[in-house]
Amino acid sequence: MDVITIERKVLAKNDAIAEENRKLLKGKKIYTVNIVSSPGSGKTSLVEKTIEKIGSKRKISVIEGDVQTDLDAKRVANYNVPVVQIITNGGCHLEAGLVRDALSGLKIEGTELLIIENVGNLVCPAGYDLGEDLKVVVISVTEGDDKPLKYPKMFMNSEVLVINKTDLLPYVNCKMGELKSNALKINPKLEIFETSCTSGSGINEWCNWLESKIQLEK
Amino acid sequence: MHELSLARDIIETVYQNVPKEEVNRVSSVVIKVGTFSGVVTDSLKFSFQAITSGTELEGAELETIEIPFMLKCNDCNKETTNEIGMMLCSDCGSGNTEIISGGELQIVEVKIQEAEEAA
Repeated sequence: MDVITIERKVLAKNDAIAEENRKLLKGKKIYTVNIVSSPGSGKTSLVEKTIEKIGSKRKISVIEGDVQTDLDAKRVANYNVPVVQIITNGGCHLEAGLVRDALSGLKIEGTELLIIENVGNLVCPAGYDLGEDLKVVVISVTEGDDKPLKYPKMFMNSEVLVINKTDLLPYVNCKMGELKSNALKINPKLEIFETSCTSGSGINEWCNWLESKIQLEK
Repeated sequence: MHELSLARDIIETVYQNVPKEEVNRVSSVVIKVGTFSGVVTDSLKFSFQAITSGTELEGAELETIEIPFMLKCNDCNKETTNEIGMMLCSDCGSGNTEIISGGELQIVEVKIQEAEEAA
């Protein structure tokens, strides 16, 4: 029996492309955010609110990831920002190579903030580096306060948690204190924002914080 | 269900590292899988078999070594583990910790049968 030692990460190829993306984006002084969540937590609404709030001051470009349709790209295009839709055709997550291809179809010159909205899925996107500066996990209160414990990897790998749909708190069985404490158990370093994209509550805090990050990139 | 694309990456790495004439003698591919790698081992094995079926790699086994989740606490210096993937030290409760293992997804080695064994 011969043994060939390899010792190579399975995702080495993805990670290498992610690093190329990161180099390219850093070179253009673009701050990149990768937004992940389960389907329907409000990722696209958060993108829209973010553009509404800071889009006049900061040049924003968007990459939308979905299994099917360009519905999200059409929504975002209404805000007159450069947007490209990646359709994964069944793929459950975005990979660095898909983002690289999307970047070639986007006029990113002058962009200060690139938002990548990942495929709605609280499992698979966790392991794939896309070349971003920041991973933001969004959870809505309708999903329940136990989700950080059930899907720990996504919370482990993210720097920011946005708790969305807070306007629905009175109607659902979700305790904000419990949700935060569960998330902080998994990742004590998480920066947490509470938002409602419907009422606009908390959007200022999130956008001010994000702007300070964009400023640091310069 | 991203195991299918991971299996494809593993197979590509095998082809890159094993001499062409030995690929049909690969008996197993050994990988390390961390508890919180986000991978379902059974799905990965199933995907590996499905893709290799009908190819030179047919019959090769995907062997997995499970790597436990371990944290090192920067405050009390203890190494602890827990079942939920919590990044708080189980001993002193500090959040000032580092993950030292459990996120692995790594190809370790490929085992190849001798030509006469295979014959």
